[in-house]
Amino acid sequence: MNPRVAVLVATLVAVSVAALALGPVSIDPGELWRVVTGGADPVARAIVLDVRAPRVGLALLVGAALGMSGSVLQGALRNALAEPYLLGVSGGAAVGAVIAVSAGWTNPTVLSLAAFVGALTAVFLVMGIARASGMTADPRVLLMAGVVVGAFANAAIMVLLATAPAEAARGALWWMMGSLGSAQWRDVARLAIVLAIAGPALLHWARDLDALALGHDAAAALGVSPEAASRKLYLTASLLAAATVAAAGLVGFVGLLVPHVARALVGARHRVALAVSALAGSALVVTADLAARTARAPAELPLGAVTAVVGVPFFLSLLRRMR
Amino acid sequence: MTDKSGTDKSGTDKSGVHWSNVSVRYPGAATQAVTGVSFTAASGSVTAVVGPNGSGKSTLVRALLRRVPLLEGRILIAGTDSASLTQRVLAQRVAVVVQREEPAFPMLAREYVALGRAPHVEAWGADPRATAAIHEAVSQAGVHDLLDRRTDELSGGEWQRLRLARAIAQESETIVLDEPTTFLDIAHEMSAFELLADLARRGRAVLAVSHQLNLVSRFADRIVLLHRGAVVADGTPDDVIRASVLEAVYEWPLVVSRDPAIGAPTLVPLRRRSVRPRT
Repeated sequence: MNPRVAVLVATLVAVSVAALALGPVSIDPGELWRVVTGGADPVARAIVLDVRAPRVGLALLVGAALGMSGSVLQGALRNALAEPYLLGVSGGAAVGAVIAVSAGWTNPTVLSLAAFVGALTAVFLVMGIARASGMTADPRVLLMAGVVVGAFANAAIMVLLATAPAEAARGALWWMMGSLGSAQWRDVARLAIVLAIAGPALLHWARDLDALALGHDAAAALGVSPEAASRKLYLTASLLAAATVAAAGLVGFVGLLVPHVARALVGARHRVALAVSALAGSALVVTADLAARTARAPAELPLGAVTAVVGVPFFLSLLRRMR
Repeated sequence: MTDKSGTDKSGTDKSGVHWSNVSVRYPGAATQAVTGVSFTAASGSVTAVVGPNGSGKSTLVRALLRRVPLLEGRILIAGTDSASLTQRVLAQRVAVVVQREEPAFPMLAREYVALGRAPHVEAWGADPRATAAIHEAVSQAGVHDLLDRRTDELSGGEWQRLRLARAIAQESETIVLDEPTTFLDIAHEMSAFELLADLARRGRAVLAVSHQLNLVSRFADRIVLLHRGAVVADGTPDDVIRASVLEAVYEWPLVVSRDPAIGAPTLVPLRRRSVRPRT
């Protein structure tokens, strides 16, 4: 294994173990081992298995999904600033969630579903606008359509929040900042299913992505039909992003930053870069969530804010390296 | 049609690529980019497509790649209508070096050349020919020294040669290049065309879109001259590289002579306004 990837995997394991061990009640590694093997104290067992493990599990999956989604969109759109929420996912999900909150549907499952439906609606709207322009797969058109739908979503959110009760508005804002605080095994299972389908599909299409990253004419010359390949990649990447939004709200910066980290580690070939993006995304979100719940405990910081705080310096150092 | 080696390529020979009465109109455009274009890029020879800017040269290449739909006509690949092939099979049969191509994110030159094998491999499949084909392509294009460099560190000329290596690694019967010598200095320009002639000698059909009329005159077996989307001349360099033909198309005065050292018609564009002698 590439030594850099080995370091990444070791980091991922270390932060995951730390995230299981650390919190209001610290659980030492010996006790953690007994939780796994059975025979631990029932309180420690409940803390690890019912509270922290689903949270860490969800962080792993959200990070992996956002990392892969961002990597796909940067490659297919040939744009270093592309990220998973670009094609309408964030705006659509937020509109869906705000509508649900305003309507008083605060059940977490209903909220998730509303966000998911909102995200997919926006993605289809973006693709529809691109299609109506006659340039379905042109990255520039998709970017513009994404911006337009995002602006429309923002307007809708402002109108909805302005007329919503204060309590609902606050709830919606919290949701938009992203959190793994209410993670349950049920959420882990749902996202795992989506990732188990979309992840291998994206790896399967990695060579198409390599070709698309050269430009559409060059992709055609390598036997990849650019429109069809782009469409399936945009949809799958956006589906992954929408599933993370349903599980954890908006977790910014991961999908933008992680693909750059992955390329710096293993180069631009997408089969490898996608896999490493998943690992790096997991490591980043687990670390950020650990920081979010321990930095100012017992208060919890919004996860999206932490990923940005962690991400910005990292991103700046990457920009320096690119020179 | 007779190529320089004297073998007859006419009549029933179906190898190579044949554009048959091809017309293309870009979506939303008022006029057709090319109209009723027919010509053949035959196996074992170098065919050049020349013409002024905007005469439809690149459109013919993009039509072959199905980047623009045909309004009418067909493109036949060894006698088979290209519309009946999948994009991937098309890429197995015809390797194209498009006019503009830039990796969105830099990769190693050797990774880029290996992409030429993509049309031959299933997503998770093995490619037993890969090593040999890449090795052969690298040595033919003379890019061995570039392999460990990153694509964003290459000069324009090095990148152009690397793209040629990628196309050779595709191991297709036909190789199509849209302005292969852009960015190349005279040494690399000559060696690129010598390589193309060599590929043709080994039996491939080579089609080059070019603005370099003098190079084309020396290396092409056949020249197709386009003007405003239509073929205005199609024949040997001696047929096409003639002042009477070219002046009308390029709307520029020029003379064509025959340099005995080169043995091919040589074109010199003239200055249009007489220059007052310096006092």
